[in-house]
Amino acid sequence: MSQQLNSDFPIPDIVVALPEVILAVGGMALLMLGVFRGDRSTRTVSWLAVLTFLIAAVVVIQQPGDRVVAFGSTFVVDAFSKFVKVLVLLGSSVALIMSHGFIRSEKIERFEFPILIVFATLGMCMMVSANDLISLYMGIELQSLALYVLAAFNRDSLRSTEAGLKYFVLGALSSGLLLYGCSLVYGFSGTTTFEGIALALTSDGASSAQNIGLIFGLVFLTAGLAFKVSAVPFHMWTPDVYEGAPTPITAFFAGAPKMAAMALFVRALVGPFPDLTPEWQQIIVFISIASMLLGAFAAIGQTNIKRLMAYSSIGHMGFALVGLAAGTEDGVRGVLIYLAIYLAMTIGTFVCILSMRRTEGMVEDIDDLAGLSQTKPLMALSLLILMFSLAGIPPMAGFFAKFYVFLAAIQAELYTLAVLGVLSSVVGAFYYIRIVKVMYFDEPAEAFAYPMSGEMRVILFGSVAFTALFFLYPSLLVATATSAASALF
Amino acid sequence: MLEIGLGHYLTVAAILFTLGVFGIFLNQKNVIIILMSIELMLLAVNINLVAFSTHLQDLVGQVFALFVLTVAAAEAAIGLAVLVVYFRNRGTIAVQDINQMRG
Repeated sequence: MSQQLNSDFPIPDIVVALPEVILAVGGMALLMLGVFRGDRSTRTVSWLAVLTFLIAAVVVIQQPGDRVVAFGSTFVVDAFSKFVKVLVLLGSSVALIMSHGFIRSEKIERFEFPILIVFATLGMCMMVSANDLISLYMGIELQSLALYVLAAFNRDSLRSTEAGLKYFVLGALSSGLLLYGCSLVYGFSGTTTFEGIALALTSDGASSAQNIGLIFGLVFLTAGLAFKVSAVPFHMWTPDVYEGAPTPITAFFAGAPKMAAMALFVRALVGPFPDLTPEWQQIIVFISIASMLLGAFAAIGQTNIKRLMAYSSIGHMGFALVGLAAGTEDGVRGVLIYLAIYLAMTIGTFVCILSMRRTEGMVEDIDDLAGLSQTKPLMALSLLILMFSLAGIPPMAGFFAKFYVFLAAIQAELYTLAVLGVLSSVVGAFYYIRIVKVMYFDEPAEAFAYPMSGEMRVILFGSVAFTALFFLYPSLLVATATSAASALF
Repeated sequence: MLEIGLGHYLTVAAILFTLGVFGIFLNQKNVIIILMSIELMLLAVNINLVAFSTHLQDLVGQVFALFVLTVAAAEAAIGLAVLVVYFRNRGTIAVQDINQMRG
């Protein structure tokens, strides 16, 4: 039963974890730079952090696609982890670039900002590569602790600190649930490695009492992970944190951490518990339906666009969970495609939200977008494409994202789930299209005062081009996601 | 003479854990109590881990418990720091006053 631990880590193990090593060393080096040069070096530190992300991403892509385990099989690199790590690094670097103008104008330009993002990203990469309950927990905590601070980063703002406090309390609660689940799983399977747990489940000696203990642990583990992807009924923190946190941080929250948490969710269910699939499938089907419905209905009455995006992200995580509920290779492929497309859409939307600035400061109401088609036609057009895509209207990318997860659900004969999903997507279309209506048919409000900076334009263009033109060449993403999903089965 | 076995430890841990969860949800007074409840939950988990570790004759559980202790310390530090900046802005840390954002 006892797990084999290597007392010394051979050099090849370090090479397997090279992207994480680069992020860790880079983060600490940037911290030294920031400490010695002070806050005036923020811009430099920020660009160097982006550079670190890009180097790490290149290293990730260069790694071999075969499954390699390291550090006493607590850490795994395979096509799945490579796929998600590239998404995470991309999401983090774009969010960091998007924050430059904002943190300067809001006078929160401190060098800790990019460094916290680097450490959060390091935690996410650990989560994606976790192959053991201990490394799973350490990854989640490294990510979460950095995110709590980031949510409260605007420390003179009541709303930002309140967002940080709420996120911390509920995040710590979910970590507690997750850990309690981990302790039960460890106790009833006798090991913490994912392979070991799967082995303990399949072995003939597994008694029914042991299985009940494992299912108990699994439920707690699922609850903790559902919190991290903000799935109903563990979504309470999302609207408040999205609304209160500084906008670029909200953009960051909506992107990279969701990718990492969803990937961890998939790996922690498919890897160690393939023999309990019917048990966890019920849970995932429930939270998926609940998230889709809540995301669709609760967003209707929102007036604040950041809060609306929070409900939108709850709904989208529900759609992504449809793929996991299927529990098949096609389902996981659907989840990965969904995550990639969702990342592109959400980044573009937040670029638009970040440019909602008048001379008196940032504005966040949907009504402030009124008549945008007359004051800023290009931005209105971009937002129109992104909203249609978020609603899942063909031929935008968002349609294909939903298509692949529902396809997997139908193949797994989860008809109720698929039907409810399509229905809630129709309801959700209402509030996305309402934004389009406000932009195109309402009396123009006061125009936004500042033009977008060059890098923001590039990011918005990239995101919109991907969203609108995905249907021309979907095969690259689909093929990569297919091979990534097959690594888990 | 009562033999204290794995079941007893698990029961104590389960009771402590439940107390921690209820402490977070039922408490209407002070955020500090929430921080204490979180610690209670994490320590309940540690009891579980160490009990299982002894029962299974496997050291990994105790290593896990040490990791949990370390992270719990970091978590408490960050929680208190966030609480301090919140108090500076709001002037109170009563739970019912954390209500700037609703809906």
